[in-house]
Amino acid sequence: ELCPTIKNILLLDSEGKRIAVKYYSDDWPTNAAKEAFEKAVFTKTQKTNARTEAEITMFDNYIVVYKFVQDLHFFVTGGENENEIILATVLQGFFDAVGLLLRGTEDKKEALENLDLILLCLDEIVDGGIILETDANVIAGKVDSHSMDAGAPLSEQTITQALATAREHLTRSLLK
Amino acid sequence: VDYSPFLGIEKGAVLQEARVFNDPQLDPRRCSQVITKLLYLLNQGETFTKVEATEVFFAVTKLFQSRDMGLRRMVYVIIKELSPSADEVIIVTSSLMKDMTSKTDMYRANAIRVLCRITDGTLLTQIERYLKQAIVDKNPVVASAALVSGIHLLQTNPEIVKRWSNEVQEAVQSRAALVQFHALALLHQIRQNDRLAVNKLVSSLTRGSVRSPLAQCLLIRYTSQVIRESTNDTQTGDRPFYDFLEGCLRHKAEMVIFEAARAITELNGVTSRELTPAITVLQLFLSSSKPVLRFAAVRTLNKVAMSHPTAVTNCNIDMESLISDQNRSIATLAITTLLKTGNESSVDRLMKQITNFMSDIADEFKIVVVDAIRSLCLKFPLKHRSLMNFLSNILREEGGFEYKKAIVDSIVILIRDIPEAKESGLLHLCEFIEDCEFTYLSTQILHFLGIEGPKTSDPSKYIRYIYNRVHLENATVRAGAVSTLAKFGAMVDGLKPRIFVLLRRCLFDNDDEVRDRATLYLNTLGGDGAVVETDEGVKEFLFGSLDVPLVNLENSLKNYDPSEKAFDINSVPKDVKIQPLAEKKATSKKPTGLGAPPPGPPSTVDAYEKLLSSIPEFASFGKLFKSSAPVELTEAETEYAVNVVKHIFDGHVVFQYNCSNTIPEQLLENVTVIVDASEAEEFAEVYSKPLRQLPYDSPGQTFVAFEKPEGVSAVGKFSNMLRFIVKEVDPSTGEVEDDGVEDEYQLEDLELVAADYMLKVGVSNFRNAWESMGVDFEHVDEYGLGPRDSLAEAVNAVINLLGMQPCEGTEVVPPNSRSHTCLLSGVYIGNVKVLVRLQFGLDGPKDVAMKLAVRSEDETVSDAIHEIVASG
Repeated sequence: ELCPTIKNILLLDSEGKRIAVKYYSDDWPTNAAKEAFEKAVFTKTQKTNARTEAEITMFDNYIVVYKFVQDLHFFVTGGENENEIILATVLQGFFDAVGLLLRGTEDKKEALENLDLILLCLDEIVDGGIILETDANVIAGKVDSHSMDAGAPLSEQTITQALATAREHLTRSLLK
Repeated sequence: VDYSPFLGIEKGAVLQEARVFNDPQLDPRRCSQVITKLLYLLNQGETFTKVEATEVFFAVTKLFQSRDMGLRRMVYVIIKELSPSADEVIIVTSSLMKDMTSKTDMYRANAIRVLCRITDGTLLTQIERYLKQAIVDKNPVVASAALVSGIHLLQTNPEIVKRWSNEVQEAVQSRAALVQFHALALLHQIRQNDRLAVNKLVSSLTRGSVRSPLAQCLLIRYTSQVIRESTNDTQTGDRPFYDFLEGCLRHKAEMVIFEAARAITELNGVTSRELTPAITVLQLFLSSSKPVLRFAAVRTLNKVAMSHPTAVTNCNIDMESLISDQNRSIATLAITTLLKTGNESSVDRLMKQITNFMSDIADEFKIVVVDAIRSLCLKFPLKHRSLMNFLSNILREEGGFEYKKAIVDSIVILIRDIPEAKESGLLHLCEFIEDCEFTYLSTQILHFLGIEGPKTSDPSKYIRYIYNRVHLENATVRAGAVSTLAKFGAMVDGLKPRIFVLLRRCLFDNDDEVRDRATLYLNTLGGDGAVVETDEGVKEFLFGSLDVPLVNLENSLKNYDPSEKAFDINSVPKDVKIQPLAEKKATSKKPTGLGAPPPGPPSTVDAYEKLLSSIPEFASFGKLFKSSAPVELTEAETEYAVNVVKHIFDGHVVFQYNCSNTIPEQLLENVTVIVDASEAEEFAEVYSKPLRQLPYDSPGQTFVAFEKPEGVSAVGKFSNMLRFIVKEVDPSTGEVEDDGVEDEYQLEDLELVAADYMLKVGVSNFRNAWESMGVDFEHVDEYGLGPRDSLAEAVNAVINLLGMQPCEGTEVVPPNSRSHTCLLSGVYIGNVKVLVRLQFGLDGPKDVAMKLAVRSEDETVSDAIHEIVASG
């Protein structure tokens, strides 16, 4: 298999609990196996400072890249032979897209309140392990492109406003 | 307190809430919220019963009535998560097909992804038309959705997806970066089994401009694959596509630069000239502010250091500063790289740095460091004292089994290879077993002590450590200790009285095995505890090697029926089982240290040579020239599976038939192959070695040998018939019936061809070899090959016919070329070096003409090569 492949994307909180996770590989067939992996990843990385630059580690023959903000821990996992920089690009896309969608208030509370956006975000980044999109503006734009129904409450309208810039980027990049 | 919108969420309640999906007046916002809650539950690992999932699924399908886009997105996601069964899929098919043809791009893209994810293939032909359209849709999101779905579907429905080639090819030219990436990935997967098509794809794209960095990375991977499959000889630097890889080092995207650098370092037989530009960019990455880049670079350089340490020494200064990197993975990789590239004078300084940092890295990193230190010690044996001390220090610290095993293995290897390190190493091991929690390691070390201890200057000092085990350990370790004591007693006559005293005490052990061993040794070592020499025969019996593969012994013992007749070890087959292919691939994880056989494992040729030389009838045949790859003589999945290896000697050939019996209810006896050589006139059968028994699932070999004119590459066709006596076996009891029936089984024909007399041996510089061989025995002639499919096909055919090694990548024919030169080298029977230069040209649209120039050390051989081509 020569195509770059993502094994999983994880968003955990500062205690290692799941906020949203998506597995694309059969390497972890049960929920217990998944939780064990998350626990291992979290313990291994929690003490590192991955707040300015994405960090990286390798264990159990997986490469894991990760980045933290506030109480949100973002992880992307690939196989041991994967190009590390490709994994980091996916991580950055996820990280920045979530930042855009949460309008800069990036913490666990906000993430849970907008869980639908985060799940859609995951859906737009990778499909069955294959990278769909890595540009945060495009990802956030696709996630938000629908939430414009007339009856949308105030909170969602502010998202729309905040994303006006993102959408501009989107159209520009599509017209390139 | 942690506030969460999902606080106190409960599956039952959410399932109740999902009833709003059935409301005649749908509230999209509320429905979205409920779906989010359902997804939250699934995401947290909650499972729905079949009934619950079905109920939710049916309710969700109602939501297609809403025109709210946000809700529709959530519907798509939850349908994928619920992974409905086939009969459920039918319910949403029409809704999804409607969305697939919608004017809204978002609907089209998502409906395609959902439908392709949940369909079982029967639907595929119905929607194929839309998918093909979608691949070339002007909206990149739609095109990507179709292409990525195609990649997934190719696994289950290859014949359908392969029909989309034209559309996919068009999408490769897309201006949208990710469409190009997805199209390239799919196109390659469609064509991956067609080497020529992949070659073509790579050579056309490497010339053009690929826009997307991800697509460029893919292209680099495909290119490396083409290079890997095409070249074996690299000394001249004329590697195809190298320039493309080197060019990618100047790409603006870091992922592409890195992919190219890594690809170059992984080229087969990469030269230092080829490596240099790749090392240079990796060195720049080492001082990047981004940990990911530093990690990627140091990991790659670490691998390079194993095969080309000098190429990496330029990076040593950057590496040393990485030892203090915050990221411990990077630091470990830097250290082990330095250990591989360092020189003798830097060892002590490095060891100091490492000692400080061992305590704060994980076991798996420690194992890497231990392995590196072992190789360093073998490289600089004079440094064994400080390195052995380091190993024994870390052996005393906390650590898991794998880590401890790595250390013990390393010490064992050092003891074996560095005589000066033996005594201190053994004592370190003795101290370790005093407080070792791992039974496996204790017994292995005891066994090793039994072999090495008696040979030391003062064997008596080990006895205390060994006997302590008999007091303090579990039965397995105690039994091991008893055997080790006995070995000392057998090998060191002076110790025998003391050993007897100790062994007698073991007679009261509460474990059967320990007592049995002690009794056996006391009764066989002889001399009743006096200082006497132990009989050689006894030593051989107790500690000698069994000289049969353990697997075979195990099988024979299982089949042995306890009776009056004693088990005869001579009845155990000595033949080595033919390894299945999968096992061969796994040889990268060779056992080292305690588990490994003393010298390196024999290569296949060695194994064959050993096997053949164990048969006296073949002893006079002389040196084995070549053994072919196994040729299957039966279809897969038949009752009896037989393949044959052709062994070529100067004046003989031996056919080794590897047989296996796949019927548990049968035992075959007296198995032979009856060979009819009437279509191989120059061969005369001289010997046939039957296989006495062929039990179920325990392969064996039978041999047939032929005499042939010496030094001549005689060819011919042999027809084969397997003949045997079959006896019924009761698989539950293993009982064999006494009476057998003679039977025969037709095998496929076997051909001996000219290529069987040619060894593939490359030369490092063809031109030099060609010049120095000279024109004395050159033979040049021209041949018409008639109409061929392509030039490449003709080149391949001739290479296969001659069975020679292509040099300098010349077996690869660039697409659309009208002429091609191919260089081959080999050794012909009689150990005659042969070089061949083939020039091909297209004559008209399809007709291929060939000029064949042969140079060799023997005129008759040059002529023989022409003879092969002329008659082929």
